[in-house]
Amino acid sequence: MQDEINLGGNGNFPATRWSLIVAARSGQTEERERALNALIAAYWKPVYKYIRLRWRKDNEQAQDLTQEFFTRLLEKDFLESYDPSRARLRTFLRVCVDRLVMNEEKAARRLKRGGDIQISLDFESAEGELQQIEIPSPETMDNFFAREWLRSVFSLALERLRHECESRGKQIHFRLLELYDIDEGGKELTYEQVAGQFGLKPSDVTNYLSYARREFRRIVLAQLREMTASDDEFRREARAVLGLDVP
Amino acid sequence: MKTAVPPKWLSDSALDHLRAAADAPDLSATRYVLVDKLGQGGMSSVYRVEDTILGRRVALKVIGFADASGELAARLLHEAKVIARLEHPGIVPVHDVGTLPDGRLFYTMKLVRGQRLDQRVAKFGGLPERLRIFQRICEAVSFAHAHGVLHRDLKPQNVMVGPFGEVLVMDWGLSKLLCGTNAAMAEKSHPSALLAAQTPATGTSDGTILGTPGYMAPEQARGDVASLDQRVDIYSLGEVLKFLLESAFRDPIPKALTAICGKASAAEPQQRYDSAQELASDVAHYLDGLPVQAYPEGPFARLWRWSGKNSAWLLLILAYVLMRALLILWRIR
Repeated sequence: MQDEINLGGNGNFPATRWSLIVAARSGQTEERERALNALIAAYWKPVYKYIRLRWRKDNEQAQDLTQEFFTRLLEKDFLESYDPSRARLRTFLRVCVDRLVMNEEKAARRLKRGGDIQISLDFESAEGELQQIEIPSPETMDNFFAREWLRSVFSLALERLRHECESRGKQIHFRLLELYDIDEGGKELTYEQVAGQFGLKPSDVTNYLSYARREFRRIVLAQLREMTASDDEFRREARAVLGLDVP
Repeated sequence: MKTAVPPKWLSDSALDHLRAAADAPDLSATRYVLVDKLGQGGMSSVYRVEDTILGRRVALKVIGFADASGELAARLLHEAKVIARLEHPGIVPVHDVGTLPDGRLFYTMKLVRGQRLDQRVAKFGGLPERLRIFQRICEAVSFAHAHGVLHRDLKPQNVMVGPFGEVLVMDWGLSKLLCGTNAAMAEKSHPSALLAAQTPATGTSDGTILGTPGYMAPEQARGDVASLDQRVDIYSLGEVLKFLLESAFRDPIPKALTAICGKASAAEPQQRYDSAQELASDVAHYLDGLPVQAYPEGPFARLWRWSGKNSAWLLLILAYVLMRALLILWRIR
């Protein structure tokens, strides 16, 4: 039995790419751009929604501020000042957003959009999502930002899982995950009913669903590994994402 | 610069389902079927599962995720190995250990039916019942010490009490093997040894503070790992006894019991009981109405305790003396 036990570590932990934070700070343009793109993809919606609700900005102001924030992220290397031993990346970014908005209010002038860079962000979808959530109270804004960040991380992981399943011919596996864990009403279906619907054996439903959930988990953790700068931060974020934080 | 295609919107309910799905252990291709979740700590969760081969329910403890260093898995494996070494009715037995298809380490153990001591305490009867429960905790801890194992996180939350009063000391995740014991040497010489060299959490180095405030001995709170011995658990046992007594008495706690708590939880290790057995023995003496080591009595206190212990005999003697006196008076008249 002993020989079969794998303690994780180098052998078991999913091979991850360079930490996004390290990459975003690097001098290699391609690596840096990939890292910043990934960070923007994970954070832009939480940032936009946070500005809308925490700072009570209208749609247009929030779009300007979000653009400004990520433009500065691209141009000004403010990730250089991020110290992983002092805070999580998402806390650091939220504080940076607060600072940006406060400075903007203090200056009482319309923000000038940054340079030649224009980031393509689908604000319409973010605005649509805002309509579907309960407006948080001012004192729970930190939790709101964390929840939106979780939503963003899971959404990106699902997209990655969808692509991987499609490329491996495992679309049914992904569809079963959607059915049981995302779609409303799907959870009430028995494995026998679903097996009949998809032309599978009930045991296949169990195995396919296990596969999809396992892969989803792997991708989420790989994303977290990429988006964190230290093992300690990774553990804290993984605990938060998996709901392991003891209240 | 462009971002990826906007991902699908996830409702709060979908988020919760996905989170639970991602956290649940992947039991495919194992002998176990998930029943429900029993609890969780910061780094691991415990589930009730069905062992499909033996047709019984067991508890499965699994780490939350495999970290890059492998430290969490090493800590869990260490815990499983420590418990497996301690075959005692007061320590929950381990059945199996392995790695799930999702890469997480797990072990299974007996499913304990009962309540945590802190939850059960209100249902205890009188003082004798509480003290007998405490003695059983001491017996399990004493057994572990005899095998060179320190628990280092004894507290009411880590003790389970079964429906028939059986007591189980749980959660050996912070346990430590004492240097120089057979157990520690076996662990070191074994090719799969996981302590010290590989795991900072189990083979804790100086300065690492693990434990629960309020139940942790001062030397443990200082992170003075090298100097820890069985008296670190004696301190915690003293605090557990205090917890049991404070929840039992509305009136002041008897001085002898206060003294036992004080000796067990003394700030200096040298002033504590040397062993859990010695502590249990002092409690047994109190229950039997005998003098306790922790509380030197004066003659009056000794007489009072003696009279309390022999009240039935005293009453008989008094009754006899009274009758004789009455008889003498009647004869004189």
